[in-house]
Amino acid sequence: MHFFLFLLGIPFLFILLVPILYKLFNPRVHIGWFVLAAPVILFVHLFRFLPEVRSGSVPVFTVPWIPSLGMNLTATVDGLSLLFGLLITGMGALVILYSVYYMSKTRDALHNFYVYLLLFMGAMLGVVFSDHLLVLYVFWELTSIASFLLIAFWYERKTSRAGALKALLITVSGGFSMLAGFIILGMISGTASIREIIAQAGELRGDPLFVPAMVLILIGAFAKSAQFPFSIWLPDAMEAPTPISAYLHSATMVKAGLYLVARLTPVFGGTALWFWLVSGAGIVTLLYGSITAVKQADLKALLAYSTVSQLGLIMSLLGIGSLAWLYENEALASAFAVAMFAGIFHLFNHSVFKGSLFMTVGIIDHETGTRDIRRLGGLINVMPVTFTVALIGAFSMAGLPPFGGFLSKEMFFEGTLKTSAVADFGLDAFGAVFPAFALAASVFTFVYCMIFVFKTFAGKYRPETFKRKIHEAPPGMLIPALLLAAVTVLVFFFPDVPAEWILRPAALAAVPASVGRFGEISAWHGFSPPLLMTAGVVLAGVLLYRTLEKWSPLYRHYPQKFTLNAIYVWMLEQYESLSRTLTDRYMTGSARHYLMYIFFFFILGVGGFLLASGGLGADLANDAPIGLFDAVVVVSIILAALTAAMTNNRITAIVALSVAGYMVVILFVIFRAPDLALTQMVVETVTTVLFLLCFYHLPQLEKRMEKPKFKLTNFLTAAGVGLVVTLFTLAAFDHKLFKPITAFFENSYELAGAKNIVNAIIVDFRGFDTLLEISVLTAAGLGVYTLVRLGMKRRDADETE
Amino acid sequence: MKPNDVILHMAAKIAVIIIFTFAIYLFMSGHHHPGGGFIGGLTFSSGIVLLYLAFDIESIRKNLPVDFKKVAAFGIILSILTGAYAMLSGEPFLTQTFGKVDLPIFGETELASAVLFDTGVALAVIGTAVNIILSISEDQKSWKR
Repeated sequence: MHFFLFLLGIPFLFILLVPILYKLFNPRVHIGWFVLAAPVILFVHLFRFLPEVRSGSVPVFTVPWIPSLGMNLTATVDGLSLLFGLLITGMGALVILYSVYYMSKTRDALHNFYVYLLLFMGAMLGVVFSDHLLVLYVFWELTSIASFLLIAFWYERKTSRAGALKALLITVSGGFSMLAGFIILGMISGTASIREIIAQAGELRGDPLFVPAMVLILIGAFAKSAQFPFSIWLPDAMEAPTPISAYLHSATMVKAGLYLVARLTPVFGGTALWFWLVSGAGIVTLLYGSITAVKQADLKALLAYSTVSQLGLIMSLLGIGSLAWLYENEALASAFAVAMFAGIFHLFNHSVFKGSLFMTVGIIDHETGTRDIRRLGGLINVMPVTFTVALIGAFSMAGLPPFGGFLSKEMFFEGTLKTSAVADFGLDAFGAVFPAFALAASVFTFVYCMIFVFKTFAGKYRPETFKRKIHEAPPGMLIPALLLAAVTVLVFFFPDVPAEWILRPAALAAVPASVGRFGEISAWHGFSPPLLMTAGVVLAGVLLYRTLEKWSPLYRHYPQKFTLNAIYVWMLEQYESLSRTLTDRYMTGSARHYLMYIFFFFILGVGGFLLASGGLGADLANDAPIGLFDAVVVVSIILAALTAAMTNNRITAIVALSVAGYMVVILFVIFRAPDLALTQMVVETVTTVLFLLCFYHLPQLEKRMEKPKFKLTNFLTAAGVGLVVTLFTLAAFDHKLFKPITAFFENSYELAGAKNIVNAIIVDFRGFDTLLEISVLTAAGLGVYTLVRLGMKRRDADETE
Repeated sequence: MKPNDVILHMAAKIAVIIIFTFAIYLFMSGHHHPGGGFIGGLTFSSGIVLLYLAFDIESIRKNLPVDFKKVAAFGIILSILTGAYAMLSGEPFLTQTFGKVDLPIFGETELASAVLFDTGVALAVIGTAVNIILSISEDQKSWKR
């Protein structure tokens, strides 16, 4: 196995260690310190790829996983993957450091927490480095599961469980749709490797299945990245511990959808539908998220909606950037390629500043015990450092200088302006939507950023409203937040460093190879339209913030019936009642019905297949003559079976059944199959004992069972099964479709060193069958055990009532 | 079931020894003669069931303190491990080997990795069979109560 792939497996290796470490060290040492090693090792290692990737080469590592399905674990390290890899491991390291101070050694189940966290980290790395669509899908769903477990981490709260369920339902349903899209894409391109699909992108355009594949994949990406109308799961996901919100639900996992869109832009980009879906969903989400964020009273809910909104911003930039694939004209193509670059740039900025903002909220929550804006205020007096971080993060989000967010926001404005200026895809009519929406959304973004900072930190400090004495957070919580804040500032002054080393190579994965270097990033480019737009945003924003009390009651006029959440709840209820009625139809609780299903399916499926494929037939020429012995035994078997079916006494039925079984033993003896005879005999003995034990539970044979209709159904089922089995056996001897395997049996001594071929088959030639058989056997045994135990418990409960 | 049946107790004690011996013989001879892990395991468990039938469950549990669910699980793990061992030497999963070894007392003896695999099969069968019969008969006890 290649070393790099081994490294990607490090989070999974650490999962195995966590329970041991927890047992050994908790509560003496916080096990987060040990877990911290995993992302740090990975980050350092990924960092060393930077020069190689910058020069444009794409290292590929392959190891076979399921060779028979052509599934390989192929990791490609290009700019886009590397950017995500660094974000996942870098943010991961900071968040784990933060969590060491945030999570309690005594109150929280730390071993669960870090197992889930590492599971997520490993899965997310798998998503961004996989080249195989289906491998990517597996890791994709694994991130959803990890997210589910982490949201429900404090599972004793009802809201946590509901939020986790919602997130799982929405992202996994989206994932199913994406899987369908992946399969279609694999079918029309003939390969599941993303690199190979991109290489033949042009030929796929004409395929009738091209559009369904695109739409299905986009649904998955939108659900994951909380785009409108799938966005409702993200605010509820805020029930997770705050380090998780910072990590999964703002910096990494919700960006998986953006990753997928950027990754597949070379395949789908340049088509009208892709452009409108991606940038349309993005720009609507941007506006929806920012407007909704303003009315939130919970700091985390505010940040959640702001994340939704910012994800929409990046999504719309990716959509605008996809226009670069449309134009042959180099100037136009590179102009839109800049938008793609801006998307990647903002993705990076957002991860950094949103991570720091979540950390400040975590600090506030941790220290004051509340996240309610209405109760907070004046915290600047006690938490000056936290205030600084929050200020930097929020101003960067609002797009103000001198912070990183300003640069990418300006580029966003420029992108929307350019979009409104071209004439394709109906943009000459609707293009103005983009700058208008962008402007409106930015005003609201500015307002909620101000709310976030000033409602919490400014104003009058009222220590009497809090239960405990409030002080600044411990350094361990401040250091990660300060680091992120420092990056935010540094990016503004030295944007070319990250741009040159990682952001340009990342954006190159999503634009045509012909476009240049995405121009220069500059903080000052004269009194250009974007700068004027920013000035307008600040003016309008300040005005709106000042008059917040006057217009915010307007929100209450929106009818509750039409919120997305109400629709979600309604759909869930409908779905539940529908499936309940459907399931009640066939899950009657009667074993007789279930057996009927099985037998009828057997008769229809096997018998029907036999008829339909024309496989019926019998070749009796080579059969041995029937001797007197055989005839006597067979007749007694038939008699015993009839007795078992006809008798009115259960004991008689059981004995008759055993007679039939022992007669079969004699048949085996006659045909010289000692192994089978022995086995059958012991099985028969043990079964009889079992039957006698069960006999205790069975009621007397009822009158109901003697009704002709009841008997007729039984007779027909039995006759049908018997007929199908007989026909099938005859047909099996009639056809010689496959190479006979007698050679194995004849040479069993040379091949397996065994003179008993039956045993050689069981343990050697068909060893896999045996292994699965004993597994099934044991599972069935455990099933019986559980059912009996459950029944006993229920009876006990009934008795005590 | 009568808890104090002297003849049944005596007969069971002797019969169980014979059954166990026969079960082990069946298991060991499987490679070249009729027998093997499945049949051996099943015979063995029929012996255990006889014990449970002759004596009451509690006293057997005291003298045979084995959790048969774990026996079954151990059997499967053993089978998987013997199969996985082949992968260490680059062979496909479940490749069995055999060879002749000169042992001090037994002389030239054939040893096959299949025997280990078969042991797993036998344990899984014993565990499951006894487990099922035990849980059903235990249920019966609570039923009476």
